[in-house]
Amino acid sequence: MATATTSMSQPHQKSGVWDWLTTVDHKKIGVLYGVSGFSFLLLGGIEALLIRTQLAVPNGTVLDAELYNQLFTMHALTMIFMAIMPMGASFFNYFIPLMIGARDVAFPRLNALSYWIFLSGALILTSSFIFGGAPDGGWFAYAPLSSEDYAVGRAMDFYTVGLVVLGLSSLMASLNFAVTIINMRAPGMTMMRLPVFMWMTIVVNFLLILSLPVITVALAQLYFDRNFATNFFSPAQGGDPILWQHLFWVFGHPEVYVLILPSMGIISEVLPVFSRKPLFGYAAIVFAGVAIAVLGFAVWSHHMFTTGLDTVPKIVFSASTMAIGVPTGIKIFNWLGTMYGGQIRFTTAMYFSVSFIALFTIGGISGVMHGSPPIDTQQQDTYFIVAHLHYVLFGGAIMGIFAGIYYWFPKMTGRFLNETLGKINFWLMFIGMNLTFFPMHFLGLSGMPRRVYTYDSGFGWDAWNMVATIGSYILAFGILIFLFNFFKTMRQEPTAGNNPWDGATLEWATSSPPPEHDFDVIPEVRDRDPLWYDRDNNIQQPEPPEENHIHLPPPSYMPLIMGFGVALIGIGALSHLAMTGLGVAVVIYSIWGWVLEPID
Amino acid sequence: MTRELLKVLAFLEECLRFSPRSIVLTLISLVVVLALTWVLWIIFEGSASHLQTTFNPKSDNTESIHDLYMIVWVLSGFVMVGVLTLTMAFSLIFRERPGAPPAQQFHGNSRLEIIWTLIPIVIVVAIAIPSFQVILETEGDPPANSLEIVATGHQWWFEFEYPKENLITANELHIPVGQPVSIELRSDDVIHSFWIPQLVGKVDMVPGHNNHLWFTPYEPGEYYGQCAEYCGTSHANMRFRVIVETQEGYDAWVANQTNDALPAVGTEAQAGEKIATTLCAACHMIRGTSTNTAFAIKGPDLTHVGSRNHIAAVTMENNSENLAQWLKNPPGVKPGSRMPVLALSDEQISQLVAYLQELQ
Repeated sequence: MATATTSMSQPHQKSGVWDWLTTVDHKKIGVLYGVSGFSFLLLGGIEALLIRTQLAVPNGTVLDAELYNQLFTMHALTMIFMAIMPMGASFFNYFIPLMIGARDVAFPRLNALSYWIFLSGALILTSSFIFGGAPDGGWFAYAPLSSEDYAVGRAMDFYTVGLVVLGLSSLMASLNFAVTIINMRAPGMTMMRLPVFMWMTIVVNFLLILSLPVITVALAQLYFDRNFATNFFSPAQGGDPILWQHLFWVFGHPEVYVLILPSMGIISEVLPVFSRKPLFGYAAIVFAGVAIAVLGFAVWSHHMFTTGLDTVPKIVFSASTMAIGVPTGIKIFNWLGTMYGGQIRFTTAMYFSVSFIALFTIGGISGVMHGSPPIDTQQQDTYFIVAHLHYVLFGGAIMGIFAGIYYWFPKMTGRFLNETLGKINFWLMFIGMNLTFFPMHFLGLSGMPRRVYTYDSGFGWDAWNMVATIGSYILAFGILIFLFNFFKTMRQEPTAGNNPWDGATLEWATSSPPPEHDFDVIPEVRDRDPLWYDRDNNIQQPEPPEENHIHLPPPSYMPLIMGFGVALIGIGALSHLAMTGLGVAVVIYSIWGWVLEPID
Repeated sequence: MTRELLKVLAFLEECLRFSPRSIVLTLISLVVVLALTWVLWIIFEGSASHLQTTFNPKSDNTESIHDLYMIVWVLSGFVMVGVLTLTMAFSLIFRERPGAPPAQQFHGNSRLEIIWTLIPIVIVVAIAIPSFQVILETEGDPPANSLEIVATGHQWWFEFEYPKENLITANELHIPVGQPVSIELRSDDVIHSFWIPQLVGKVDMVPGHNNHLWFTPYEPGEYYGQCAEYCGTSHANMRFRVIVETQEGYDAWVANQTNDALPAVGTEAQAGEKIATTLCAACHMIRGTSTNTAFAIKGPDLTHVGSRNHIAAVTMENNSENLAQWLKNPPGVKPGSRMPVLALSDEQISQLVAYLQELQ
């Protein structure tokens, strides 16, 4: 039983490890995702630094071929599934209820379960390094290289099992968030008054709901090919490697929009606040986001232009790929329009947001180039693509995430990250990122293929590879500055009021950090920028009643137990099926406990 | 139409307050971005001299692609310069400062939004239409007089078969200048990709599928190719060369390659021949030698290996030192190599090297 009253009598101990293990509070779960995601960002960064160190000089000897191939595979998997997606989930978790004026998500225990399953999947996948070697088939694991004939050992099974578990976590969370946003908005918050970050969230959730089942099926098929002698992808027995590519990319392409749209949402929140004016063209940005998501399901074969597709499909997929450039361009211009005529405060969050506009544009342009199939025959599988993807994922997604961190840090912790250190952090990341990834355009155009553990001198690649490696170290140093800033700030006393940035959206209508119940009174929404409207029209929120009984969902052991059961199922799929049986038993027990435990 | 344009300009003028400061800051931004773009262009042009560059077309296929590339680069350049200039200019012009006007509280402008929806559509169509034309030009059926070759990808080397000429070689492709060459692409194991940046855009070699490409080389010379689809441990070591010969040079090459292997001459080479025909023949074909028959061919055809400029899929020059290093420890040179360590003595190795070098 847990009730919270505004007279602050708390029946339970609200601290300690067990609190975090059994919490169903969206804010705590958001912190769990955020800390985990950032830790994996550091791990993925170390993997990248090792790669860059090996490639700094021709015929490098820092890493051998086998380890290099594991590292580039895991770098992608770590960054995509264990860093960017969870950090996005962290913001979704923390801010969906706050921004829509609710007290929690629709299914709090499911929310906790999503996190524990995420952690299981991430640990399973990462542990592969110490259990015989990490997956080394690339994050895309093309068949038949991923089959039992060529990928001997268990590494690719860690891949299938790890990703299925991670996908399960994302799917649950997406369903949860979609239901929350659709059903639990505060009175007066129509869909067209939703913050853009919320729109991007709901779009991302639908992308995941529709695309995760496809990859889950494909991974199951690969697992069966490798372990139970099926032949989905083996040409020798009548299977088709191209089938794997289609299934993978039907998921894989929407997945990249899953990675970028949250950051697009974040900067759509940050730019108006620090320009001190409303977002330019709200409706267009929202509809462009939806259009990108819908079109995102119609472009997947642009990853397959060189596989021997027929002329007509090539033309069709090229047309749809080019078409996606249009809604993306609309967003860029609308963000510029937001800055235009403003009175801009260049906080660290604003630096990261403005840099997103420039860097994502560069990445977007290179992407449109390889949307043309003939040009793609020269760019595919070269460093030009590596340049493109890092401009959109680092220059886009990561810069957006850092903007969100600096913007929302006072709300989440009550403290301000130091602005001077923040600017140093920003410039080191910005300069480092450009030094690392811009030369990769030249490397690709000069014919350097990707996924090569070494290269020969004499091809004109030496100098740019060295520059890129130096850039990666500068970038890493910038991240270290951030960590220093973070730990230094957390040692300070909280000083932030409700709305230190003069923000417009509902999360700024409560204290920093918010109380466990988020809002004393559920706000009433009259405008798209509720706090600015209320400020300009002198509207006060009603006072909370004397006796304010707010019912909050109680903490629960069941998500943790079920997460453990899922982990056992996964581990069993990698070792002994008896373990899977045990895992199923644990899951069944936890379902029984879940269904029967009191929630009042 | 003009009235609409005038309304847009009036709106802009109203907000912009066309102050000298705004104009100067915009010009500064433009100059900075253009200077950056110019530096990038210079670097990028410099890459045209690199060995495996995509910017020095020497065939009909790559020239069509190159022409399309130029259109796309120019259009992309405009967009990039435009967006970067505006980003920098707005950051400078509208940053808060003492005495700055308050932020303009507008929510949008339908006219502007329509314009900047239409312009990207136009740009994208301008890229798409020539792209589709080049697809149609460079694909489809090869010309009737094409030289036919079958290229098969293996982990980690390229097999080249000339069916009509009845010859098989590896890693070094010779073709005559000015004649279209039609290549069927197969794979023996995993997906590879066949790519010669100066001569032809890449197409994947997919097991179970037979892909095709064709092109006509314009100029004799030596061109660099590399596998461009991650295919396992030594993907980085899977390279090939294309020698575009004059017609006479090509004819001479074909005549030589179709001959059986020359019998060994020196004593060392004769000892090496014995080793080769008993040991190496387990995986390699050396046509005309005594054990010429139905072993499972797993490695490159060695009948004329001495005539090739490189060994180990063009990762090493073809000389006695490198041959010896390879024979001593193939996985040491090429991680994951299917060719095992054969535990040959140094004497056996130098005999084999002598023999292989005679296989011209």
